[in-house]
Amino acid sequence: MLMIECPHCGVRPEGEFTYGGQAHVPYPEDPQALTDEEWAQYLFYRDNPKGTFRERWVHSAGCRKWFNAIRDTRTYDITSTYLGAAPAEANSTQGAQ
Amino acid sequence: MGSPHRLASGGIVDRGTSRTFTIDGRSFEGVAGDTVTSAALANGVLQVGDSIYRGRPRGVMTSGVEEPNAFVRINGEYGESMQPATITELVDGSELTWEDGIGTLDQSVDPAEYDHMHVHTDVAVIGAGPAGLAAARAAAATGVRVMLFEQDFALGGSLLGRPNEVVEGIPAGAWIEDVTAQLEQAINCRILKRTSVFGSYDSNYLIALEKRVEAPGTDGVSRQRVWHINAGRVVLATGAFERTLVFAGNDLPGVMLASAAQNYLGRYGVLAGEQVVVFTTNDSAYGVAADLAAAGASVSLVDSRASAGVDDPASVDVHHGSVAVEAIGSDRVVGVRIAPRDGDIQQTQQLPCDLLAVSGGWSANVNLHSQRQGALHWDDDLLGFVPSGAVRDQSLAGSVTGTYWTDGAVAEGIAAGSAQPDPTTAQERRTGSGTTDGLWLIPSPAGDFDTHFVDLQRDETAAGVVRAVRAGMRSVEHVKRYTSISTGLDQGKIGGVLTIGLLSQLLGEHDMASMPAGQPGQDGAEGGATDRSPSPGAIGTTTFRAPFTPVAFAALAGRARGELYDPARVTPAQARHVARGAEFEDVGQWKRPWFYPQSGEDMNAAVARECRAARTNVAYMDGSTLGKIEIRGKDAPTFLNRIYTNAFAKLSVGKQRYGVMCGPDGMVLDDGVSFRLAEDRYLMTTTTGGAAKVLEWLEEWHQTEWPELDVFFTSVTEQWSTTVVAGPRSRDVIHKIAPDLDVSKEGFEFMSFHDTVLASGIPARIARVTFSGELAFEVNVSGWYGEAVWDDITHAGAEFGITPYGTETMHVLRAEKAFPIVGQDTDGTVTPQDLGMDWVVAKKKKDFIGMRSYARAGHVEEGRKQLVSLFPTDPELRLPEGSQLVTTDNTPADPLDGIAPQPIPMIGHVTSSYRSEALDRTFALALVRDGRTRIGEEVMASFEGRFYPVQIAEAVVYDKEGARRDG
Repeated sequence: MLMIECPHCGVRPEGEFTYGGQAHVPYPEDPQALTDEEWAQYLFYRDNPKGTFRERWVHSAGCRKWFNAIRDTRTYDITSTYLGAAPAEANSTQGAQ
Repeated sequence: MGSPHRLASGGIVDRGTSRTFTIDGRSFEGVAGDTVTSAALANGVLQVGDSIYRGRPRGVMTSGVEEPNAFVRINGEYGESMQPATITELVDGSELTWEDGIGTLDQSVDPAEYDHMHVHTDVAVIGAGPAGLAAARAAAATGVRVMLFEQDFALGGSLLGRPNEVVEGIPAGAWIEDVTAQLEQAINCRILKRTSVFGSYDSNYLIALEKRVEAPGTDGVSRQRVWHINAGRVVLATGAFERTLVFAGNDLPGVMLASAAQNYLGRYGVLAGEQVVVFTTNDSAYGVAADLAAAGASVSLVDSRASAGVDDPASVDVHHGSVAVEAIGSDRVVGVRIAPRDGDIQQTQQLPCDLLAVSGGWSANVNLHSQRQGALHWDDDLLGFVPSGAVRDQSLAGSVTGTYWTDGAVAEGIAAGSAQPDPTTAQERRTGSGTTDGLWLIPSPAGDFDTHFVDLQRDETAAGVVRAVRAGMRSVEHVKRYTSISTGLDQGKIGGVLTIGLLSQLLGEHDMASMPAGQPGQDGAEGGATDRSPSPGAIGTTTFRAPFTPVAFAALAGRARGELYDPARVTPAQARHVARGAEFEDVGQWKRPWFYPQSGEDMNAAVARECRAARTNVAYMDGSTLGKIEIRGKDAPTFLNRIYTNAFAKLSVGKQRYGVMCGPDGMVLDDGVSFRLAEDRYLMTTTTGGAAKVLEWLEEWHQTEWPELDVFFTSVTEQWSTTVVAGPRSRDVIHKIAPDLDVSKEGFEFMSFHDTVLASGIPARIARVTFSGELAFEVNVSGWYGEAVWDDITHAGAEFGITPYGTETMHVLRAEKAFPIVGQDTDGTVTPQDLGMDWVVAKKKKDFIGMRSYARAGHVEEGRKQLVSLFPTDPELRLPEGSQLVTTDNTPADPLDGIAPQPIPMIGHVTSSYRSEALDRTFALALVRDGRTRIGEEVMASFEGRFYPVQIAEAVVYDKEGARRDG
């Protein structure tokens, strides 16, 4: 059972949260302008790195707020959680080392 | 009654407090502090239940949780099977039965209570041997919260068997008492005895089972507790298991682990044998031989090594460089044949004995470490798998690390408890407890391996492992499953490493090439094995998993049994439904009236009657379970326009609209009717089961994609009570309960709603909407008035013969109109267009969730499954829901018995199936490939190996023109 730090509520057990997949995959500005392939990329394709991964969680049994976390997919260690845009230091460490 | 093998003194048992008990009907007497096996041994009972498959006589092998032979059934109000007798605390008056390696489940209901506890602690120390006690003491001294878990009912671990050893300058027995007293006095330390930590998970989340035998039968006190522990740091002081040795007849009663013989003597004052042969490959059994000799036994020691790291014990006859090749006896050991280790094994010498104490070295108890994917490696000096280092926020102390001497264990405990580094160097650990001979298989003079037992509980021998290797098994995971070794109740605590050691002798270098890399314990596991010679380190271990020791399902269930298994949600009028004799259906957590049988009616008759009432007269149902979400904010219209496939922004205040919401992939997620209450305010209804999911869906899109929109969502499902009144005469009933309301066709348009005050004085919001196709009204009132309004409608409708109906009738009526049920007629692969609801998908909106997907090739090409109805040729045949549909030319001539010889292409499946009272025949809804172009076609429905002709028809089977909704 992971202990996850909700940015609003503090450290809470994993059972209170729901996983939301890869973070920072925005809904396209104008879906109708995309090709089938580009739309399929948005719908179906996500990164699956061995290592640092930025992902979404929602504190469903708490404040019901969405936030982002940086987790190592090998160790499950969550090094930080944050709201909104990705912190700069995470940008360079995505993917397998 | 005397206990012939109990010495006059020694041990921590209370000889003044007698415990009488029976095993297999024979009465015995033990004392307080005994386990079942220590009491049995004290009475000269060495033999336990027979082995599981071969029915061989077996004896007490160990004194702990690793026991493979001695299992009892505890009889009583509720019988408990397969309890290891070695750890079963002797209770006065207990009636026990030896079990032959397998238990029987008591079919009666367990009357005891079980519960769960949730705690946080700064330090969790697991194991209260010398290392664990020292760790808990050191941790408590730092002032943090400490919990000490010990699966035994006494603290001290292996030290209890060696009371005369000196620890920190005082005898071990006194040291245990001293440390225990300090911990009991420390307000920041909690000791849980009889508590086995059986699972270890991420973030130092531990799960433990506490057996609370101290309060048996006390009212309101649970019998067992499952503890859920969040620990800041964990100290694993879980010790080690001694291994047996694999020689002919090594399962005879009287063959016992050397440490167990020592433990029975030192802890319980029981001398299990008077003429003892100790057979060892390492130094640890020398102390055992000395203790047994000092207690009066005649002792011989057989050491496979030419020399030992310790002196020969006084008055013990020592045979260096020799091995036991066969234990002799029929139902218990009477002697042992020994031979030179490296000579002719036919040159045997026979030593008489009544106890053969065996030590094949030690296996660190790494289970909890490995559950966290802690790294292991094989150590050739220690001859065992040991942790390569603790996992994050954990420490290891004592023999779990391979430190098999007490001073070292205590020093490591002190360091671990105070979060200091491991004080023992790798070199000290390798050499600190002498050498162990790598002796995995001892050939017998007879030449076979048929009684060379590797896993006594599974009755598996070295011959079985040889057979597995000859059958092509190489990986230890395959050998485990081929032989069933390590799959018993003891999970291979003794036999696991024996098997790996044996494999290292049976496999050749060429076999290692096919060894899968990445096994736990495998050398270089991360990057693939480097050393390819057949060694235990190249083979690795099987995977360690929870639970470490068995846990009863009753304990895991805790109080979540029966009514407390899951919360039940009921509507305000629940008592009325019960009084009317309703049968209930579970919809999510809701209890919904399913149908209301009258005397003598079965379900079909009741549903037919309810359907007739709704179609020809008037009927009412409790619709309060529908999910309701209030949506407010100036951007609520914009938000709903993006969520729903159809337009909501321009919906007039006072009107309702049916909407479908889809995922970005265009598949139907949920549906329902929304009310426009004001310019900035909507009330959305959702399916009964989908309410929570829809609220999360709305929050997700608002928070993560459109936070700039001014919109808020509030669940109001419980705040409103809804009663549906449906049928041609529903207008008359509504007029009676709401006399101020104009209920005429012109005054109360379809899909509008009006706020009014009922004749009863209750404020209500009444809506004209239909899920049956009939003229229908929904009466929404505050949940507090739900029961009163149900009663008012009951009374107002009496003169018209109003009939309550349940979910089954609702389903029949809506299916006749082809109104889909999300989750029954859809399955996440169905679009609104597939359901024949192209009209609900806006063409003029700029975007809504799912819109882009309707232009994808997969959505516009032929071959999509579409909702249609089916009429079985036999009008009485009700197709099972889920039946598959095939074309007639693909239908076999004869019924199938089993699987068709050739796959038959499926063109669809039945999603809903009922008998229609209105049509006086059966019908079904189905998703059929290109179904709308197949209307009129005959296809076959397949179930139970038979094929039945059905005709495809338009989805709507009743009132196609929609003439009935206005009454």
